[in-house]
Amino acid sequence: MDLSDSPEDAEFRARLREWLAKTLPALPPKPSPDDWPGRRAYDLGWQRTLYDAGYADVHWQASPGVRLIFLEETERAGAPYVGAGFVGLLHAGPTIAAEGTAEQRARWLPPVLRGEEVWCQGFSEPGAGSDLAALRTRAWRDGDHYVVSGSKIWTSHAEVADWCELLVRTDPRAPKHEGITWLAMRMDAPGVTVRPLRTLAGSTEFAEVFLDEVRVPVGNRVGAENDGWRVTMVTLSFERGTAFVGEVVACRRVLGELAARARRDGRWGDPALRRRLGRLNAEFRALWRLTQWNVSEAQAARGGVPGVGGSVFKLRYSQARQDLYDAAAEVLGDTALDLGHPWVRDRLSSLSYTIAAGTSQIQRDIVAERILGLPKGR
Amino acid sequence: MRFRPTDDQRALREGVRALLGRRFDREALRAAVDRPGRLDRALWRELGAAGFFALRLPEADGGVGLGLPEAALVFEEAGRALLPGPLLATHLAAGEVPGAAEGETVVAAVDGGGLVEWLAGADVVRGDAAGAVPLDSVDPLTPLHTVPARGAADPVAILLTAAEQLGTATRACELAVQHARAREQFGRPVGAFQAIKHLCAEALVRVETARAAVYAAAVTGDPADIAAARLLADEAAVRGARDCLQVHGGMGFTWEADVHLLLKRAWVRTRRAGGGTESEELLARDLLAATDRQGACLR
Ligand SMILES: Cc1cc2nc3c(=O)[nH]c(=O)nc-3n(C[C@H](O)[C@H](O)[C@H](O)COP(=O)(O)OP(=O)(O)OC[C@H]3O[C@@H](n4cnc5c(N)ncnc54)[C@H](O)[C@@H]3O)c2cc1C
Repeated sequence: MDLSDSPEDAEFRARLREWLAKTLPALPPKPSPDDWPGRRAYDLGWQRTLYDAGYADVHWQASPGVRLIFLEETERAGAPYVGAGFVGLLHAGPTIAAEGTAEQRARWLPPVLRGEEVWCQGFSEPGAGSDLAALRTRAWRDGDHYVVSGSKIWTSHAEVADWCELLVRTDPRAPKHEGITWLAMRMDAPGVTVRPLRTLAGSTEFAEVFLDEVRVPVGNRVGAENDGWRVTMVTLSFERGTAFVGEVVACRRVLGELAARARRDGRWGDPALRRRLGRLNAEFRALWRLTQWNVSEAQAARGGVPGVGGSVFKLRYSQARQDLYDAAAEVLGDTALDLGHPWVRDRLSSLSYTIAAGTSQIQRDIVAERILGLPKGR
Repeated sequence: MRFRPTDDQRALREGVRALLGRRFDREALRAAVDRPGRLDRALWRELGAAGFFALRLPEADGGVGLGLPEAALVFEEAGRALLPGPLLATHLAAGEVPGAAEGETVVAAVDGGGLVEWLAGADVVRGDAAGAVPLDSVDPLTPLHTVPARGAADPVAILLTAAEQLGTATRACELAVQHARAREQFGRPVGAFQAIKHLCAEALVRVETARAAVYAAAVTGDPADIAAARLLADEAAVRGARDCLQVHGGMGFTWEADVHLLLKRAWVRTRRAGGGTESEELLARDLLAATDRQGACLR
């Protein structure tokens, strides 16, 4: 067990810290949370900045030390979040890297790294959420194309995406897990209609996507036809395993700000509040350690592909994040009802964490069946 | 950064597990319950010979010369086996009290919180135990006295207690899963029912979160990391044992099942070294200190 930086890691950290100190003050102002075109431009601009400085592929690096240091240092410095780059950088990209052909990697990965293309995730459907394998969007072969019809829902950032990692049913007669295929679809292809949905926070974070005989080249298929469920598992393991880790550091920063705010408002004398914040400190410290543990394990045991340990992390983290913003509401008092305060919006958005990327109930099934070996069936 | 235990550390853990499996199996555990207050001195000496107490003592002083991470792994195994006795006090006395390192002398200690475990069964008592009042200990395997609280908590004691809690939590989760697989109702194992499955899953989540926190704290030795480890490990052990009891149904409420032994020991440990409140306060202060250091902007 060794949690210290290796000499190379320490050097990477020092260089990154220096670069952040120099680069961040020159960034343009952040766009408003509802301005998706503005957010796309901002997030891609940041990715381009990282690319030019040689940091773009840091999430894809073999060295767990470097990845974790990057997340730690960028968060600590208050650098922009991956934002619109989330799907491309944190799960579609890694899936293509792991499962795609050389040609596919060459086509799709560099634009993600250079901050030129945004991806979205077209997995969920109105009738297929937790039961993802129940998806019905159809695709049939027409020469060297698939023709796709159906609809997707809750597709985050669909409005501003160039590409969609899309699950389709290519064999309706096969058992439901066996007739699925993983495709990359252009969002500006004829037949794609995006209808933004309003979230409880009032924003348009995600959308419905209607697909009417959309033509997708067969060469855009990642993995074999009807083998999409296996590829999907790779995608989901990245999504649950590593995609949220940077946020833990962000939560720790917010927690420090909560304490400072409580002191400023004269609330620090309240032992119940103090102890609540102290306990949250324990929680987020432990979650950061769990992150280090998972990344270290994935590296040692699975060549970098995260294991089901991601479900353990996701269960705990999604709850902790909600607890954090509930504590924030207590610190804020009446201001907790004012949407103008960023913590209030963050509190609303935290409600999605126990749902998106697989609900907590589904994660518990995964932990019980795949880690603990309890029998299937409910 | 390489978080996993090294091969040597894993071998050490396996060695202790094998020793305890051989010398302190379930039968021995139940036998110990039947003769409360009496320590197995032969086992104590065996632990001494295996380096349990002298683990962190420098080799120059006749110790094993290992560090906190190794001690945490070893105490985790003790917690897993529910090994009774003033293990921690004797471990902390190695090198200071003659015979402690070898397991010849059994040492009890007054801890910062005002409890003394195994006061009457020990050869040497460290700290001022004047006015100690015996309790009718809830844990049949840990005789207890209380004295007025005095002194500050020792971070190493907190960490190794957390490691023991982690072991007990792991055991509780294993027992729950075993029972959920074996016990049938409505024609299938109760572990096929989602309500039971989810109890087990949450138990594992608490165990794994606590494990990451305890191991990390053992590596950094940082007081805030240690405080965090204790809070997570206490939670994992106490809630793990309660949920394990629930999974066992009526059987879980009996003296015959081991579940209550896990829960009661976990309760005893939550009171050590100032208890969780002190750790929460430390972590609260740590938040302000960190914020002041970084000069974080206020929103
Ligand atoms: C903010 C946000 C962003 C999202 N972004 C995307 C995206 O970009 N792309 C995408 O494809 N999807 C996305 N999703 C969809 C998300 O993956 C689904 O919402 C989620 O998997 C749950 O599916 P559902 O909404 O259909 O709920 P349902 O599956 O209908 O579940 C309803 C309730 O029943 C419970 N339940 C269902 N089945 C079981 C079971 N077997 N056992 C116990 N309880 C069960 C669930 O836990 C839940 O509480 C997003 C969701 C949110 C909230």
